[in-house]
Amino acid sequence: MSSLLGRNETLVAGVILAFCMVGALADPGFLSIPTLMDLLRAGIVLGILAVGVLVVLVSGGIDVSTTSLAIVALYVTTLFVQNVTPEMGWPLAFLLAAVVGALLGAINGLLIAGLGLPTLIVTLGTLSVFRGFLLTFVGSRLISNLPGGLRDFSRAMMIRGTNADGSFYSLPWAFAFLVGVVVLTWFLLYRTMLGRQVFAIGGSMESARRIGIPVRRVQFLVFVYVGALGGLAGIIHASLARVANPQDLLLNQQLPVLAAVVLGGARLEGGTGTLTGTLLGVSLIVLVSNSLIALGIPNTFQSIVIGFLILLGTGLPAWQARRAQRRAA
Amino acid sequence: MTDRQPLVVMTGVTKTYAGITALDDVDFVVRAGEAVCLAGENGSGKSTLIKLLAGVEKPDRGVISLDGVPHAAMTPTAAAASGIAVIFQDFSLFPNLSVAENIAFGAELAEGARFVRGRHVRELAARTLERVGVPLDLSATVGMLPVAQKQLVAICRALASEARLIVMDEPTTALTEREVRALLAIIQRLKADGVAVIFVSHKLAEVLEVSERVVVLRNGRKVAEGPAAEFDARSLTRHMTGRDLAEVGAAPLDPSAPVLLTVERLSKAGAFADIGFTLRAGEVLGISGLLGSGRTALAKALFGLVVPETGRVTLDGREVPLGDPLRAAGAGIGYVPEDRLTEGLFLTQSILRNVGVGRIEAHGRGPFLDMAGLVEDARDWLARLRVRAPDPEAPVRSLSGGNQQRVVLARWLARAPRILILNGPSVGVDVGSKAEIHAIIADLAAHGLGVIVISDDLPELLATCHRILVMVEGRIVEDIPRMDATEEGLARRLAS
Repeated sequence: MSSLLGRNETLVAGVILAFCMVGALADPGFLSIPTLMDLLRAGIVLGILAVGVLVVLVSGGIDVSTTSLAIVALYVTTLFVQNVTPEMGWPLAFLLAAVVGALLGAINGLLIAGLGLPTLIVTLGTLSVFRGFLLTFVGSRLISNLPGGLRDFSRAMMIRGTNADGSFYSLPWAFAFLVGVVVLTWFLLYRTMLGRQVFAIGGSMESARRIGIPVRRVQFLVFVYVGALGGLAGIIHASLARVANPQDLLLNQQLPVLAAVVLGGARLEGGTGTLTGTLLGVSLIVLVSNSLIALGIPNTFQSIVIGFLILLGTGLPAWQARRAQRRAA
Repeated sequence: MTDRQPLVVMTGVTKTYAGITALDDVDFVVRAGEAVCLAGENGSGKSTLIKLLAGVEKPDRGVISLDGVPHAAMTPTAAAASGIAVIFQDFSLFPNLSVAENIAFGAELAEGARFVRGRHVRELAARTLERVGVPLDLSATVGMLPVAQKQLVAICRALASEARLIVMDEPTTALTEREVRALLAIIQRLKADGVAVIFVSHKLAEVLEVSERVVVLRNGRKVAEGPAAEFDARSLTRHMTGRDLAEVGAAPLDPSAPVLLTVERLSKAGAFADIGFTLRAGEVLGISGLLGSGRTALAKALFGLVVPETGRVTLDGREVPLGDPLRAAGAGIGYVPEDRLTEGLFLTQSILRNVGVGRIEAHGRGPFLDMAGLVEDARDWLARLRVRAPDPEAPVRSLSGGNQQRVVLARWLARAPRILILNGPSVGVDVGSKAEIHAIIADLAAHGLGVIVISDDLPELLATCHRILVMVEGRIVEDIPRMDATEEGLARRLAS
């Protein structure tokens, strides 16, 4: 049972509960459906990006270019739809964004799987290149008048209601995309041989090669998949924000995304990580960044809290492992 | 058994790397259900032969036939498809996946499965484990298993892919005596099942026991081949090294030699209890025990790496503070760990630096380091221990196991210790180097050092020690003088 207690998932779930209790004590209106809806809504884009990063971490790599990639995909797609096919419905526009993202991911994949470069170096490079290319060659103008299809999507609500005090709350259909991405990724990781190969490569690349896993092909596919998820996250983000901004602040979410995945128990050495953990990590990050504002705690304080959570979430299991080892010696 | 179908026939196989002949016109046959021992020192060509078998490398000349079909160029897929599986020393498993998945991964891959067939995987794994006759928890994570069980998983993985020839590279190095027994029993089962096994091993005695045939390689040539019954450890060693390596044995101990080290009532809960013994100058004392008997914890405690709860250690009549490696080293105790790769050496640093690091404080010049003096000192020790290093500036990683061990020894000897504790001094070292390390131990003792050798390699203890302590479940159960010790007697005491 000590393994259950020592797991990051349990730890993160505990911290989430603690946060909720503190929130409820500070503000009696905290534990309410509108708060929940706000948190779910804020977790959509972060969640899709985090699921992508999880897959890369499991394969033994790291990807710090996803937010940059998402912004390029959302802007290129919006620009294309606005100028070429203004009547395009949102499903096709979403598909287009995912394809743009997949193509950009393929660039990462080619550099990593094809040339055998380290994932951190490559994605640090493309993080900067994607963004620079967009602002230099595509455009830096903000598009605030989104094409009709994307506007329609942002208005489609899954849940809509009025609170006792007369305030409105709602959850957009975009949330269904997060659910879909989680289910699809779960299926790929746990029910297909490709997914098991991703775990195998993350566990030991040398062993994977020896047993005959096409390591490079799997690595390439991982980055294409993450790219597609990034493109999807990007276009959902633009649609919900009702603006396509090439200098979007989504860029600053890269570290919180990584933090969410690592908090959820994914190891940087690869081979380990769960979707449950990642979703819990995302919930915690969203909770901290949203509710601290609601409780009147300044923005700058958030980064301190998130930083401490990361140190706690990754440090505690490592410390426990060391203690167990010392006892065994 | 010679009437059985030959599984693999290699004829006139030659392989050169950059002008150096690794294998020279070698013939090699393996039949179904046969165990062949492939013996040879490092660089004799055994690993090249295995690589050719596995299709990783291609021969320059010669033919490899599988089931009577000649293959000019073997490929890894052709080798795997015809049932050749190599189990490398590191087992090549996935530490993050379950036992069942590790066992079935290769088979599922070969069948081209696209989706995970959970029940099929578990059934295949369970069936294979049954074939080997060992129960393992199918859902356990492989990284958490002890070495012996990891090896079982690797064997099962080969069997699950319908291996008919399993090549095992140094299968016994990391195992204790008892685990080796279990492994040999499994090999017997596999042979009865028609699976052929090639052993590549340094530990000679145990391999002879289970093999039908022995093939010895030296410098790329086959120098001996024959039924295992015709070989003994001595003749094998002679074929492998090309010379007769007489085990020197310990020189008789001067009866007037003073007591150097006294250990009294040393205890640590869960590790060892009430340990007491003395060590005299010039004496080589063996400590043997199975894994988990407390032998390694005791060795670490003497050097301060493990903190005992009670007890006293005195060296030359002065008490050595417990639980402090720096002060133990200062008092004159040296410790060469079992796992020199992770505990003893800075692998990527140069050979000279690795020797010199033990003496940094002796070469201080104010706050600065007298690098020239340090290097001079280190070179001197490399020469005295005959470390064969083409370039003392090369990283330690580039040396063979035997030479790495000598580098660790050189570092300690440079500090002029009074007592040296050697934990598994010849683990992963080939026969020739092993004999030389034993000679070094004898030489050190002759110069008045007290040496403690911790090992479960019984012939090694018999070859080096004056006295052998047997540990069982944390206690010293017996103190046997060399002249009264036999390998069988020791083995029986250990297992008791």
